[in-house]
Amino acid sequence: MELFSAHDVVKNYNKFRALSEVNISVAEGSIFGLLGPNGAGKTTLIRIINQITAPDSGKLEFKGRPLKAEDVFRIGYLPEERGLYKKMKVGEQALYLAQLKGMSRRDAMKQLKYWFEKFDITPWWDKKVMELSKGMQQKVQFICTVLHQPELLIFDEPFSGFDPINADLLKNEILKLRDKGATIIFSTHNMASVEELCDHIALIDKSKKILDGPTQEIRQQYKSNIFEVEYRGDYESLTRNLGNAYQILRNEPSETAHKLAVQFVNGSTPNELLRGLLEHVEILSFNEIIPSMNDVFIKVVTENKPN
Amino acid sequence: MKKVGIIIKREYNTRVKKKSFIILTLLMPVLFAAVTILPTYLATMNDTEERTVAVYDGSGIFLGRLESTEYTKFHFIPKEEYDKLRDNLKDSKYYAILAIPPSVVTTNNVELLSEKNVPFDLKNNIDHNLSSILEKDKRSALLKEAAVPDLEQKLEAARTNIHVNTIRIGDKGEEHKSSTEIAMVLGYIFGFMIYIFIFIYGTMVMRGVMEEKQNRIVEVIISSVKPFELMMGKIVGIALVGLTQFAIWVVLFIGIFQAAKGFIPDMSPEQAQNLMAQSQMSGQMENVAQSSQMQEIFSMMSSINFPLIIGCFFFFFIGGYLLYSSLFGAVGSAIDSEEDAQQFTLPVTIPLIIAIIVMMNAITNPEGPIAFWFSLIPFTSPVVMMVRIPFGVPAWELILSMVLLVATFIGTVWVAGKIYRTGILMYGKKPTWKELGKWLTYRS
Repeated sequence: MELFSAHDVVKNYNKFRALSEVNISVAEGSIFGLLGPNGAGKTTLIRIINQITAPDSGKLEFKGRPLKAEDVFRIGYLPEERGLYKKMKVGEQALYLAQLKGMSRRDAMKQLKYWFEKFDITPWWDKKVMELSKGMQQKVQFICTVLHQPELLIFDEPFSGFDPINADLLKNEILKLRDKGATIIFSTHNMASVEELCDHIALIDKSKKILDGPTQEIRQQYKSNIFEVEYRGDYESLTRNLGNAYQILRNEPSETAHKLAVQFVNGSTPNELLRGLLEHVEILSFNEIIPSMNDVFIKVVTENKPN
Repeated sequence: MKKVGIIIKREYNTRVKKKSFIILTLLMPVLFAAVTILPTYLATMNDTEERTVAVYDGSGIFLGRLESTEYTKFHFIPKEEYDKLRDNLKDSKYYAILAIPPSVVTTNNVELLSEKNVPFDLKNNIDHNLSSILEKDKRSALLKEAAVPDLEQKLEAARTNIHVNTIRIGDKGEEHKSSTEIAMVLGYIFGFMIYIFIFIYGTMVMRGVMEEKQNRIVEVIISSVKPFELMMGKIVGIALVGLTQFAIWVVLFIGIFQAAKGFIPDMSPEQAQNLMAQSQMSGQMENVAQSSQMQEIFSMMSSINFPLIIGCFFFFFIGGYLLYSSLFGAVGSAIDSEEDAQQFTLPVTIPLIIAIIVMMNAITNPEGPIAFWFSLIPFTSPVVMMVRIPFGVPAWELILSMVLLVATFIGTVWVAGKIYRTGILMYGKKPTWKELGKWLTYRS
């Protein structure tokens, strides 16, 4: 079922077009990756979802009905440009932000206690934010985002400022939240984490959505008949006998086994290649290369450049 | 609306609980009291040291005529002793030597010799004593020459001191005893206070907005509340801080002056008289005049419409504050750093500075065209109108000024809200005036 959707959303800042007729649909209980180069319009779309700005035209739906002002209480937002009041105490601040999200003081206290214990940061309660390290502040910020148990969570570059250990902790928390039923919109430039986390992605470039679909399908879709072969044997004799149905992209020789990347041309099949290779070298492994999200991103955005 | 309440509460609490706020709020009246009361107190206190001044009177005019006071004794010495004393004043019992040459009547010069720097009061005392004795002598010589009977008494009777009783005729023809001086003082105090409060708390709004932008917390907050709610919450919260400070000051001032009132008269009657006697020989008469003047001041004070003044003070403070703080807030939202603030605060502060300049003029001429126009223009009216109110302002002018102020602050709050909404999310570049103008047209 779909939790949130945007239909034909348009946003202009005077003559600058930030979003043109963008459609997205976020399934309930999924992690939705919102990708795109800097300045593509991601932040504008996120701000529209959070009702920080209104679109010039288009429809926004939350749980199948138009998005309402009170829905901000059901959304948790961790912006890319984030911070806390430096001179305010951690606990007081978390309570304040929770109350702004519509929580009662008592509920907020209860939830905060749970999260502070979980993240092992109870001793920080009476510390001023400026006394904490950047990573610690990020933890507090994360708690403030999820505290009111929102149905829709929006994370914009959530891992920036975290060391690998804490980033991992955070990643696991995000997955747990998803498993408990929360829906997550996830925006990042870190494509490895997209592959790891996102069920579905949409790519926005120059105000338009240019790619949309389940992460695995998109990667499959962008594979370009490249196989990686690990072998032992003579590279020279291999190339001599390969014929022109294949193009060798690279060969990485090494003492134990060489690695070869081959692209098919003229509609030949993997089996034909394998057969041809078997006669000349010893095959250790034979894999089709599925492009990483990073490759897909670069390819799609580069192709979208005018000229 | 509930969320605005939460914001107001935070803005208020964090500021009121700040050490700097508590210290400043408590210290200000004490400092003020120290500056105003202490010198008076010290003046009545000081000089309890007894000093004996040796007087060598070469002219022979003053012998036996210099009156010693409680702490200053005059001791006449002959020429031989004077010559001896001059060389070893240090070891003698005298504080100083007053040497009056025979030629004093023509030269008007005497010498006061001392080891130390002579206190101003002592020098003044001698100056007055000698001058008045000589003046008296010259006078009676003249009077004798003129040979008009009872001339001295007649001259004394001819001394006049006109007192202008200013009376204001009210709308219904009733008469009020008014005092230009009191109106001036009140106008000055209230006008200046509005200026200071708008300045301090307006810039506090600006810094608050900048803090949120620099801390990058603003986007987190406006995902829960509307930018306008955040701005208004801040403005109202800080206004309450200002009013709290004002209320504490009023209470403290009243307390301090009550304490001071019970404190100064206790020790002063004869000393105050002494003090006056030193500066004016006809001390007795002045005293009587003074006390009747005090009564008059009180009767005039009671004729001043304090409820109106206080009411207007609050109105113009709040109106002026809303007008300026919203603009300061807009400036704070548009810039990234303190350094950029200058360029944008200047246009906001210029009308305020004009107001304070006009105030100086309005205080001497509250009915003049400058005072009239600037007390209607909303950007200057809070300060300038406050100066005029103690003098009495026609009701229609007051109402017009208030209406214009309200209309303008609604306008500035609207404009500021538009700039704020866009400004708080803009990082990295300093906007131009043209861009600020464009922000007004963005859809929210």
